[in-house]
Amino acid sequence: MNLREWEQRLSPILARYAGKKGVVVPLLQDVQGEFGYLPAEAMQVIATELRLPLARLYGVASFYSQFYFQPRGKHVVRVCTGTACHIRGAPAILARLEEELGIRAGETTPDLAFTLETVNCLGCCALAPVVVVDDRVLRKRDHKKLWGWIREERR
Amino acid sequence: MTRLRTREELQAFREELVRAEEKRARVRVCCGTGCRAAGAEEVVAAFSREIACRGLPVEVTTSGCQGWCEQGPLVAVEDVPLLYLRVSPFDVPAIVDLTLGRGQPMARLLYQGEAGPVPWRDEIPFYKKQGRVILRNCGRIDPTDIRDYIRAGGYAALARALEMTPEEVIAEIKRSGLRGRGGAGFPTGRKWELCRAQRRTPKYVICNGDEGDPGAFMDRSVLEGDPHAVIEGMIIAAYAVGDVREGFIYVRAEYPLAVKHLTLALAQAEELGLLGENILGSGLDFSIEIKRGAGAFVCGESTALMNSIEGLRGMPRESPFRSVERGLWGMPTVLNNVKTFASVPLIIERGADWFTRIGTPGSPGTQVFALTGKVKNTGLVEVPMGITIRELVYDIGGGVPGGRCKAVQIGGPSGGCIPEWLFDTPIDFDSLQGIGAMMGSGGLVVMDEKDCMVAIARFFLAFTQAESCGKCPPCRIGTYQMLTIMDRIVDCRGEPGDIERLEKLGRWVKETSLCGLGRTAPNPVLTTIRYFRDEYEAHIHDKRCPAGVCRSPGQFRIADEECVRCGLCQDVCPDGAVLAGRRGFSIDAEACTGCGRCAAACPVAAVVREEKVVV
Repeated sequence: MNLREWEQRLSPILARYAGKKGVVVPLLQDVQGEFGYLPAEAMQVIATELRLPLARLYGVASFYSQFYFQPRGKHVVRVCTGTACHIRGAPAILARLEEELGIRAGETTPDLAFTLETVNCLGCCALAPVVVVDDRVLRKRDHKKLWGWIREERR
Repeated sequence: MTRLRTREELQAFREELVRAEEKRARVRVCCGTGCRAAGAEEVVAAFSREIACRGLPVEVTTSGCQGWCEQGPLVAVEDVPLLYLRVSPFDVPAIVDLTLGRGQPMARLLYQGEAGPVPWRDEIPFYKKQGRVILRNCGRIDPTDIRDYIRAGGYAALARALEMTPEEVIAEIKRSGLRGRGGAGFPTGRKWELCRAQRRTPKYVICNGDEGDPGAFMDRSVLEGDPHAVIEGMIIAAYAVGDVREGFIYVRAEYPLAVKHLTLALAQAEELGLLGENILGSGLDFSIEIKRGAGAFVCGESTALMNSIEGLRGMPRESPFRSVERGLWGMPTVLNNVKTFASVPLIIERGADWFTRIGTPGSPGTQVFALTGKVKNTGLVEVPMGITIRELVYDIGGGVPGGRCKAVQIGGPSGGCIPEWLFDTPIDFDSLQGIGAMMGSGGLVVMDEKDCMVAIARFFLAFTQAESCGKCPPCRIGTYQMLTIMDRIVDCRGEPGDIERLEKLGRWVKETSLCGLGRTAPNPVLTTIRYFRDEYEAHIHDKRCPAGVCRSPGQFRIADEECVRCGLCQDVCPDGAVLAGRRGFSIDAEACTGCGRCAAACPVAAVVREEKVVV
């Protein structure tokens, strides 16, 4: 896609925020919701539209951990490393996932199948240690299924 | 639903709702995030199916967090009343048949007390000592239906506040002694008064729902389970402060369900005319917008949060002005925590005198804690201020399963670790500060003897170090330097003098950082040094970890007489350190990194750890 086409694709989102204050973060959230990440071209279009220097826009986006500049995997596996999960064994689970997927936390597999992340706390500490697969929270008892599922997806 | 134009119409609407409420048996399934993950939605579906099948006059509703997450999914059969624990979809046909059909309890799913099964909350130790003020409706109403909230007396406080003058509202809040529940404990009434006194307009009201502390989920539960209480508190604040047309609720990105329930609640309140223009005919115009966070812990700090709403990097501001003078877009702003706003309607409704009777003179009211870690009853609890930690951990939490409690970590990464011998300290804002911790937002993590306090302190420091926004050097560099030392100690490579270095650095970071994040970041390290200095010394001087958590000390050995030769240890070893010999297995000390996976995998506990002093 060239910039023109990006403009067209982004215009409905941009229209929602026209003439409002403090729109940068929600606007970027919507764009990411649409594309799964923040493509460089989209950033250019947004910066022009908001009359912000591109560097300023990147400055805001890169500050927050939930904005991504690279495409993400089809499935996102997030390991909670909050306090309660930490003391109930999250580090071992993370290590095993890293091994299983062959990537480190924060990375995506080359085939764009999985993204592995850590998250600070999901607020369901009673189920610790917790792993979230595509917004589905798995408690400890369900972790066994995880390994089979990963291998299944791999095939 | 039609728009309510006056207070009288609201009252009439409520009476209508109470009258129209069918006297049907009701099953309330907890659908908080915890119970949902444990399968609550399947339970709801099973109930609906089963009840429809048999044509029973029973209503199945969902609720927000009922508190006892450990025992989820929770199902309350309200008219009997019975509280069923750990209900699975397979239990549902039996419940419908026995309890709903024939009125018999199912003892198997009830709480098992010492003297047999306990049917209802008021007799269960976990609930008995609690006093629910902020969580009054959580788990009792359907958060997705405003009518449930109004029927339970919701928005009556708003009507009452609108009868009073704004000054009277502020005076009432001041008299109640309500202190901000976000951690610092600033008197709420005073904050509102200061903001009201400002001349510049427009002013803003912000609700801080950026609950970033790991191990804390109080605000999430309130937003999910009783969103209208927060909204009502914010409207009252807007009325009291004056010249406020817009309010914001800043919710953490990791809480999708809270955002969903809030969005729904705002839409319903607007439809009824409880938000928008000329609220209940009072001339008050006020609307609320949700701002989703984007993943930055520091945004829980008030000025960073405002920057984030304005669309900037979420860094704290250095300004001689307070937020009540120059906050959002440079305008006077009242910013309070979720729980503070949720407390406001009750104070207005029942009066300041009622509120001051709860808790301690210096910290009236209640506090919500997320009780987690090595404790039997993990969950959300609300207790009057002034309760001791011991009561919280042992009476409500049920103690530590199979071990001895060593310490609690209170207040998240800004709080401190409190050792067992200080458990009789009453919890309130001032007493906690006296022992080096702080209330924080209310996370309470229980730790037992198997937890290494040095490793825990390192964990928190690593968290704040990673979340430091980097604006001011004491926090950016100071926490990094402290973490380097902590890493060394955890690896048993610590040097004599490290403890003193940590203390000195910690003091500097505390005294010179710009915002609350940096000013409290050293607390976990400093309190663990204060109360568990022996553990630090063991790591540094004896090169061993007393709790057996930290890696390098110790050496694994396979006890040949116990070994059943299954070979699991060899399978799980990532370093190939388990060697198979002719007579059995052994561990190569050179290759072993001490990860402990072999010990975890062994079915007969033949892999033993021996303490070895690394010289």
